[in-house]
Amino acid sequence: MTYQPSPLRLQRESARRQASRRSTTIALLSTLAVGVLVVIVITGAKGFQLVRESFFSWHYAVHSFPSVLSGIWLNLRVMVIAEAFVLIFGLLLALARTSKSPVLYPLRLFATIYTDIFRGLPLLLVLLLVGFGIPGLQISWIPNSAVLLGTLSLILTYSAYVAEVIRAGIEAVNPAQRMAARALGLTQSQTQRRVVLPQALRKVTPPLLNDLVSLQKDSGLISVLGAIDAIRAAGIETAQSFNFTPYLVAGAIFVAMTIPLTRFTDWLTRKQDKARQQQGRW
Amino acid sequence: MSALELKNLRKSYGSELVISDFNLNLERHQVKVLIGASGSGKSTLLRCINLLEEIDDGQIFLDGEDISEVGVNADKVRASIGSVFQAFNLFPHLTVLQNITLAPRFVHGVDKARAESDALELLERFGLSEKAHQYPDLLSGGQQQRVAILRAIIGKPKLLLLDEVTSALDPVLIAEVLSLISELKSDGMTMLIATHEMGFAKKVADEVLFLKGGQVLEAGSPQQMLEAPQSQDLKNFLFALEQAGRL
Repeated sequence: MTYQPSPLRLQRESARRQASRRSTTIALLSTLAVGVLVVIVITGAKGFQLVRESFFSWHYAVHSFPSVLSGIWLNLRVMVIAEAFVLIFGLLLALARTSKSPVLYPLRLFATIYTDIFRGLPLLLVLLLVGFGIPGLQISWIPNSAVLLGTLSLILTYSAYVAEVIRAGIEAVNPAQRMAARALGLTQSQTQRRVVLPQALRKVTPPLLNDLVSLQKDSGLISVLGAIDAIRAAGIETAQSFNFTPYLVAGAIFVAMTIPLTRFTDWLTRKQDKARQQQGRW
Repeated sequence: MSALELKNLRKSYGSELVISDFNLNLERHQVKVLIGASGSGKSTLLRCINLLEEIDDGQIFLDGEDISEVGVNADKVRASIGSVFQAFNLFPHLTVLQNITLAPRFVHGVDKARAESDALELLERFGLSEKAHQYPDLLSGGQQQRVAILRAIIGKPKLLLLDEVTSALDPVLIAEVLSLISELKSDGMTMLIATHEMGFAKKVADEVLFLKGGQVLEAGSPQQMLEAPQSQDLKNFLFALEQAGRL
């Protein structure tokens, strides 16, 4: 016999449909109301015309686009190089901090002090200290390129963040996993490499990517050292025209560059949550 | 020469004495079963034997060699003892095959192809070959525990320690794990087993030891222990098991 939904079920389903239609309508109306309100407040402001011209000028946007775009090329190179070094140093710092071996005590101490300092120091300050302090020493063999020193500052700061994320991952691996690995005869370092780290890195991939997104946009800060990146290029354009639109162009390109990584992070997080949900383990 | 000999073993956590004055002799191919309430020291004893816990006093001999001596290579000792735990502890990021071949490849230095063919042979023998390339999460508890046992025996250990390996499983799954262990016994595996499964103890044990407060209170053949317990403590323990429907 085929299944006939009972009247009770049909009634419930229609009630649910009605409720969902109602919430959609409410969401639409409230979005519309907020939108209209925002438009009225902004366009009604006294300085609206002036702001529109100096920040949203199509003419200056088109005009500055090529030079901002060539600045972005520098940001991109800085990002990729900094990301690579940050992942390596962050991992090494995390390993040093979580090591138990007495021989490595000095290393552990160094890693702890390092992360404490560079997690606390504002990036801008690190940039100024490294970017102007190191050339100030006038050591002949140290290059005083703004790009190089800017990248170094990013690496110094972000390695500390990433190290903490990876450390959290290492500590989140169930101790029983370590015990099981040691029981098989794996050494301390084999256990770390083959059992603990692979699990730890999987756990922290979303927050790790989040830090990388943050690093991408902060690569714009190297402009304070005079490197001609996208933001600096926009600044030069602005200085010529007294129109701020080039900054917005740079901002839009930054957003466009980080969105793929952000979406990827979201996707990965969702996938992991789903996998966990299916196993009923929360 | 015994496969395993414990002499006057003592272990405490802080002021709490967990194992005191413990002596044990396990011959090759012999199976001894440890029973006793939770906290009687069974798990601690097993963890002391594979050097996951440091002992306070006494000696442990594996094949006549003192492994409790300071300066002994603990990794090497552990590589020659198989251990299986209550919570399986399979590595979730590795497939069944990778779990089983991890120690052969990286501890015993067997090349990958050889390690995999050995592992597949073992999986085949115990009816798990179709699970070889799956991740542990997709396996039932019984399958996971059987894989954990195979992972422990693939290196041909001198001794296999089983720590309440069925406590986290339902009865149907318990049966499949126990039948695997019985098969290991007929292979001649030397085993020290902590369990609450009395029927199983009766089937595989050459001797049953009843532990209380970190000491052997009573020991004997399974029949003797289960049918004619001497001490009041063992009588109480067996009565409690019966009440819980586990005898």
